[in-house]
Amino acid sequence: MKIKSSTPALPAEEKLETYVLRLYVAGQTPKSMTALANLKKICAEYLEGRYQIQVVDLLKNPQLASGDQILAVPTLVRRLPEPIRKIIGDLSNTERVLIGLDLVPLK
Amino acid sequence: MAKSRTQLPKSPTGIQGLDEITGGGLPKGRPTLICGGAGCGKTLLAMEFLVRGATQFNEPGVFIAFEETAKDLTKNVASLGFDLKDLIAHKKIVLDFVYLSDSEIETSGDYNLDGLFIRLGHAIDSIGAKRVVLDTIESLFSSLPNQHILRAELRRLFLWLKDKGVTAIITGERGEGTLTRQGLEEYVSDCVIMLDHRVSDQVSSRRLRVVKYRGSTHGTNEYPFLIDEDGISVLPVTSLGLHQTAPKARISSGVARLDSMLGGAGYFRGSSVLVTGTAGTGKTSLAAHFAAAACLRGERALYITFEESPSQIIRNMRSIGINLDQWIEKGLLRFQANRPTSAGLEMHLTMIHKAIKAFKPQVVIVDPLTSFIIGGNESEVKAMVMRLVDLLKMSGTTSLFTSLSLSGGALEQTQVAIAGFVDTWLLVRDIEIGGERNRGMYILKSRGMAHSNQIREFLLTDHGVELRDVYVGPSGVLTGSARMVQEAQEQAALMIRNQEVERRQIELERKRTTLEAQVLALRAEFAVQEIASMKIIGQEQAEDAQLAQERTDMGLSRKADTTPYKRKGASK
Repeated sequence: MKIKSSTPALPAEEKLETYVLRLYVAGQTPKSMTALANLKKICAEYLEGRYQIQVVDLLKNPQLASGDQILAVPTLVRRLPEPIRKIIGDLSNTERVLIGLDLVPLK
Repeated sequence: MAKSRTQLPKSPTGIQGLDEITGGGLPKGRPTLICGGAGCGKTLLAMEFLVRGATQFNEPGVFIAFEETAKDLTKNVASLGFDLKDLIAHKKIVLDFVYLSDSEIETSGDYNLDGLFIRLGHAIDSIGAKRVVLDTIESLFSSLPNQHILRAELRRLFLWLKDKGVTAIITGERGEGTLTRQGLEEYVSDCVIMLDHRVSDQVSSRRLRVVKYRGSTHGTNEYPFLIDEDGISVLPVTSLGLHQTAPKARISSGVARLDSMLGGAGYFRGSSVLVTGTAGTGKTSLAAHFAAAACLRGERALYITFEESPSQIIRNMRSIGINLDQWIEKGLLRFQANRPTSAGLEMHLTMIHKAIKAFKPQVVIVDPLTSFIIGGNESEVKAMVMRLVDLLKMSGTTSLFTSLSLSGGALEQTQVAIAGFVDTWLLVRDIEIGGERNRGMYILKSRGMAHSNQIREFLLTDHGVELRDVYVGPSGVLTGSARMVQEAQEQAALMIRNQEVERRQIELERKRTTLEAQVLALRAEFAVQEIASMKIIGQEQAEDAQLAQERTDMGLSRKADTTPYKRKGASK
């Protein structure tokens, strides 16, 4: 990626980036189900066709927790585009999620 | 210390002194809070707990770091001789750095800390850890929003740690008016240890206090502790009791005359001796004698000096005929020279402690104690000396302290009020008489032995310290040349007296001779007279016989009746 993030003049190309999102959960708890559902809804609405969702269950793969420095669950990690961003919680607050994913500029 | 059977199980820290204070270590299977300000050694204490657990007690440990990266931590503790890399490679320790940054984390809705639980659980299970350190978990508060959730989760975390049965240390930064900023003590309440780092008179000292220990007795005082190349050492003040055994053996003070003053045998082994005196009264010389005597017996002596360099002491002592060099070469004498201001009192004490542990001397000399007094810290010095005396007594080491008393002040008062717990107290003082300043010495006290109450004159000769009787007479106590003059006078008087006696004896002899001669003469005279008298008596008897004969003859011639006459004559 050659585009500097500080350059505001190229919004069209930025939109073409694929979002790689990883959701860390701990087992099939209601909270993690809610988070996944919320995430899918947001992605469908704002990132149609250019997103990937990976779900990591830490109960199955505990060693993965340290890779993305996960403490809280659920945690959503935006792997791409860089920089890495994290959102913790069940993603019920859509606005915060959009800010977290840098889809809506901070006012 | 006797432990009751019902006391809760403890997990030894292996940290010098801490196990003594806590009566065996931290509560096993429970979390312990270690709190204190920045730079007071929380992380280090926690790390030492883990490392010692892994190396000495076969209890692997997990270190979750929230503040320092694994790399930094490894480097930092390497300076204390802990090889974390090796321990990690041998699966004795897991070091996990949890990176927290508030700028990257956005929150949307409800969450919990299962991620941390899982991470921790995974780490614990991977090596079968028995010990866990969370350093510093309060960092979570600054990076994760929603304190209510966080507090609830922390409470759950500590319960979970208890369930897991791991002995945990949680560190926390000290807060305003509370033990920790976020009030962690509310959740971790089994054992709370507070660390402190104080600076007084530009000298810093670290202290440790067990604030709380549920279900166990513990030392409640503030204990100084030290961080050096061997990690942390805590110094319990007075090993919680007076249980030292008192040896009956005696050892020489190095000055024969002083030994005889001390009941003829010198100091008790394992006792503490205090030598006080004004400047230049020979305290160091006495100390050097004592050290040399110990070395001569083949014992080890540790000489801790705060005012003179070792070479200076050696040179000066050579001038009074004590050769300390030879003992240093033989490894029996060791000097430890430090400036009193080079470290805090605790640091000094610990250095002495370590030197004693390493060198194992039978005799320790501290010269002088008074150097410790900087500003108004007498009470601290007293506490420190008390601990030192205690330490030495515990190890059966005989100690000699010198203390400088200020001229003009009360002589029988030490600046460091330690007179109460020394066993033998020698006082060297100067005596000014006849334009001279001489040294006098006496024993102020000496527990457990009959000791001389005499003042002795204390002489520094080229073959060491000598003690002389002082002259005590009608003109007071005399020392130095006044004593010599007095002694000369007495000598003269004695000579005159002796001559007089001799003269009288001769006269008596002469009288006797004369008398005996007279007796002889008289006896001779008497003998002459006796002979003369005998002669006369003989003549008279002869005359009587003659007369009688003549009478008989005359009677015969007159034909007288002889018989009655004869009878008459015989009865005459």
